[in-house]
Amino acid sequence: MNAISFDRVVLGFGGREVLSDVSFDIPEGSFTGVLGPNGAGKTTLMRAILGLLRPAAGSIEVMGEKPRRGDARIGYMPQQRRVDPDIRLNARQYLLASAAGKQWGWPFLSADLRQAVDIAIDSVGGAELADRPLCDLSGGQRQRLFIAQAMLREPRLLVLDEPLISLDPGHQRSVVELVGRLSRERGITVLFSAHEINPILPAVDTVLYLGGGHAATGPVDAVINNETLSRLYGTPVHVARSEGRLFVLAQDCEIHSHLHDHEVDARPEVVAR
Amino acid sequence: MISFLTYDFMRNAFIASAAAGVICGAIGYFLVLRREVFAGHAISHAAFPGATGAALIGLSPTLGLMIFALAAGLGLSGLGEKVQRDAAIGIVLSFSLGLGLLFLHFYTSSAGFATGLLFGNVLGISHRDAVMLCVTSFVCLLALGAIARPLIFASLQPDLAEAKGLRLDIVSNLFVVITALAIAEAIQIVGVLLVFALMVAPAAAAARLTHTVRDGVLLSAGAAVLVSWISLILAFYTDWPASFWITALGLGGYLAARATQAKMAR
Repeated sequence: MNAISFDRVVLGFGGREVLSDVSFDIPEGSFTGVLGPNGAGKTTLMRAILGLLRPAAGSIEVMGEKPRRGDARIGYMPQQRRVDPDIRLNARQYLLASAAGKQWGWPFLSADLRQAVDIAIDSVGGAELADRPLCDLSGGQRQRLFIAQAMLREPRLLVLDEPLISLDPGHQRSVVELVGRLSRERGITVLFSAHEINPILPAVDTVLYLGGGHAATGPVDAVINNETLSRLYGTPVHVARSEGRLFVLAQDCEIHSHLHDHEVDARPEVVAR
Repeated sequence: MISFLTYDFMRNAFIASAAAGVICGAIGYFLVLRREVFAGHAISHAAFPGATGAALIGLSPTLGLMIFALAAGLGLSGLGEKVQRDAAIGIVLSFSLGLGLLFLHFYTSSAGFATGLLFGNVLGISHRDAVMLCVTSFVCLLALGAIARPLIFASLQPDLAEAKGLRLDIVSNLFVVITALAIAEAIQIVGVLLVFALMVAPAAAAARLTHTVRDGVLLSAGAAVLVSWISLILAFYTDWPASFWITALGLGGYLAARATQAKMAR
């Protein structure tokens, strides 16, 4: 059974085609790393799965149904915006707002809802963080609580958009471990986008590599190799291995360095050596 | 008996500023959460030609205020994030004041009218107007309560709220209607130019000092009422304008909140 199936999907917005004729299947319960340079369509692909963007052609199935906005079976974590230091709300307020946010009317929170938030917070071991102001938490602690938020009401699919952004290596590791554990223990399918493969290598089952409007899927070694990536980029690409880490190089440039900033940019990221 | 409460105009001013303070404090807190305080500023400026225009054609200035504030709010909300909002707001703001000035130019009956509109005239509020303020405030509070949960979600995490199927445009339009009504109230207390004092200063202080939305709204509303009441008393004894005291206490309160929070953080 597939959690997500793309069949000859064309996706674009604002007159720009981001993915053209993309087909792949993601098996249920798998941890899939979504990789590719900035602007390759990682966020666009996620928006399509969430039903926020309709494909121009082809069909998408998410757990046997067409994507629809507000699908309760999906837990979503958008790319994080900056946190305003002037607003000192505690982290629990964000989760409560998310759990109650679709209900109009008399604004009181039910015991059931508060309990659902407690359960989600406990699932990431965040009980001690939840009542501190969000702006006082470290990036890693914040991400932990936003993962709790995505876990609200026990989804079957987690869609996480760049959860490692601007985290130091230690926090990156703990976030990947946490999501890997949730996926394994509860059989949740995870779609986890990242700038580079190395931090998520310990947890991924498959990778979905986007580039040049196309996609390649499969186990890490079947995708991140010279032939597949060269075909995807349309230019000779060399994959180097060193101490269990992977480096993707185009001739004498490194395409994916682990040292780069995170500006949203339409160009493939090529860092000169 | 406190001596200033023996005067009708003082009693009316206390009632009116409590009514306006509660709703402005509550709305202001959400404006701070949504980083939209300047939209509030612009709505209040846009209401100015409404009042002067209504006076010019012999209608109630309060009615003109409300209609123009609503139209400006919905217009801004409709612009959304498609255009550069800072520039759009700034242009609307200055044209509104210009238009208001033009109407005043033709409506030459009273200079006090213009000053009252721009800087507020809380001590000149009639009993009937004070009661009207209470009614509007109550309706606005009920409406704000009814949209509170989607509003908080959309304000704190718009990307996620959209993905969860919340219609951000509906939330934003409903909020802006309530905001426009609250601003029309605030103008009657502190005037077009000083709405910030009642709407943003207590709210910004409250956002720094509280950790839950409920506490933030309660503190913000309470502080707005307290600031206006103390200002009325100070105005009574000093004979300085009440609006001055509201702005001064607003600033003082905000600075005190910053200092307190910095101390707590250490």
